[in-house]
Amino acid sequence: MGETLSEKIWNRHVVHLGDGEPDLLYIDLHLIHEVTSPQAFAGLRMNRRSVRRPDLTVATEDHNVPTDSAVWPIADPISRQQVETLRANCAEFGITLHPMGTSQQGIVHVIGPETGLTQPAMTIVCGDSHTSTHGAFGALAFGIGTSEVEHVLATQTLPQQRPNNMAITVNGELPASCTAKDVILAIIGRIGTGGGIGSVIEYRGPVIRALSMEGRMTVCNMSIEAGAKAGLIAPDSTTFEYLRNRTYAPKGSDWDEALESWSELYSDPDATFDKEVVIDGSSLVPHISWGTNPSQVAPIDGTVPHPDSFEEASGREAAARALAYMGLEPGTPVRDISVDTVFIGSCTNSRIEDLRAVAAVAHRRRVREGVRTLVVPGSAAVKAQAEAEGLHKVFKDAGFDWREPGCSMCLAMNPDKLGPKERCASTSNRNFEGRQGKGGRTHLVSPTVAAATAIAGRFATPEDLS
Amino acid sequence: MKPVRIISARGLPLDRSDVDTDQIIPSDWLKRVERTGFEQGLFSEWREDPSFVLNDPRFSDARILVAGPNFGTGSSREHAVWAIQQYGFSAVISPRFGDIFRNNATKNGLVPVQLEETAARKLLHAIVEDPSLEITVDVEQCVVTAAAIGLQANFSLDGAVQKRLLEGLDDIGLTLAHSEAINRYEANRPAWLPVLS
Ligand code: SF4
Repeated sequence: MGETLSEKIWNRHVVHLGDGEPDLLYIDLHLIHEVTSPQAFAGLRMNRRSVRRPDLTVATEDHNVPTDSAVWPIADPISRQQVETLRANCAEFGITLHPMGTSQQGIVHVIGPETGLTQPAMTIVCGDSHTSTHGAFGALAFGIGTSEVEHVLATQTLPQQRPNNMAITVNGELPASCTAKDVILAIIGRIGTGGGIGSVIEYRGPVIRALSMEGRMTVCNMSIEAGAKAGLIAPDSTTFEYLRNRTYAPKGSDWDEALESWSELYSDPDATFDKEVVIDGSSLVPHISWGTNPSQVAPIDGTVPHPDSFEEASGREAAARALAYMGLEPGTPVRDISVDTVFIGSCTNSRIEDLRAVAAVAHRRRVREGVRTLVVPGSAAVKAQAEAEGLHKVFKDAGFDWREPGCSMCLAMNPDKLGPKERCASTSNRNFEGRQGKGGRTHLVSPTVAAATAIAGRFATPEDLS
Repeated sequence: MKPVRIISARGLPLDRSDVDTDQIIPSDWLKRVERTGFEQGLFSEWREDPSFVLNDPRFSDARILVAGPNFGTGSSREHAVWAIQQYGFSAVISPRFGDIFRNNATKNGLVPVQLEETAARKLLHAIVEDPSLEITVDVEQCVVTAAAIGLQANFSLDGAVQKRLLEGLDDIGLTLAHSEAINRYEANRPAWLPVLS
């Protein structure tokens, strides 16, 4: 019987096949950041263990970093201590670190791909659930907890249970108004926050094939929002062209050898999936989230749903609680909801292509009076590229605030936060209660909808703007 | 990690679905570099509401958290497990757990009990009726019982995970016993794979 792509990568990495024990998998790349690593390093020290492969480990500062360079160094003493702890740990154990303000710094899931560290068929882990992003390259990439971070540091392996396999096929052709973000929001709306639990989701079909690497990363990034262990897309010429000549990509004859090894990376036609979902991509419209979990989404043409419209009691209760938190009335047209803040950034949508799309909407327009609008590049390299293309001028002219790279307002761990009841259109991935600041109200959207919303002051698509 | 075999305790009824790890421990708490002191952060935003169940003195002795489906979804923060444990819970019962949360729980000896939905609901309602209801989680037999309401329900635990919980084993120590196999694997990795310089 054939193998799925996930199984192929898995099988290439088994160090030890357990008898009644989980398989021991080799880890090709371990990404770390300041938040989930300090207790892991402390554990190593306590047990007198070392880092087995510092050369397969890379660290960056992202979550705590203020994105306004005027306030550097970090004012908050607890945040500063966490970043300084990472610096000390990396120095002690010989790990490459990209500190804030340096040329390769950025959000952990942005710098891996853009430097070419993320390659097909690799196993990649990070103490961060959005590690699923790297699956866009046909790598098996998943988030782990701090105990597992310690495990990988000490052994470069992880004992793992084989996951289930799920296939999501997106057929047809995406309408011009839709982006990768709308594809994944629609998918999560359909399968729910638990739909992918225990599974690696492989995204397939013409719509996925037509996406750029940036778009594929957006889709894989939010796999975890459907509960999945990882997202995966079979590598193809789009992947290889993106990788060619990147800093850590193989060169010369190594490149040819790598290409050959990557050529078998697809699910065999007779491979079986535990679950299959088919989506008609041609009928998609831009989506926004109205609630407090990422499955609570509506088409932009729609209205805020009534709790009674949910079949199950738990769905009704969750919807009622979410609407109360979000301060929304059922039946309100989505386009009538106005916002206080627009956040464009995060590992979901802060890459150069996202910023180009935002600039195209913002060009020769002005942000609505009173709307705070942050544009936060995902990495120092994205920032440099955007400035080389003059995008920052477009943003500034339109009244957007152009920032330094970091996680920023994706989560409330640095100075970029929402205040209570502040309403935000955000290109990030989580709309949980308090995610962007205590009492803050998050609506997840695509970069183009975010840009148009900043200009209209209420939810809008670029087509709505005169 | 301490071995865990049988937990007999009262339950805390958390009647919500999709309790994500951002709620279990809000991100402000993640700035700490220590592994202890997270009990104050457990559900810290919900706790500001006096009617939140954790503030209800009737449940102050509870050591088993009983929640709705999709508990622990979202962020990978192990701090969520530390907070639950340090507050005094030894097990969490839910019809479905987020994968990373479940993994993190077992690495710390917090028992994730995945119970079929009707049994989980029945238990939740029974605790609300009678906060003194005695619940027993038997990790060896993989059974949850609440004799007073005639509940006896099986849950599944992966065999290797169960063994680690019962014996309190350290995963890293177990893996290091396979060092030879790791050396062999490493010797055969393609030379063009990326290495940090
Ligand atoms: S941008 Fe947001 S989701 Fe991504 S790594 Fe940072 S905090 Fe996590």
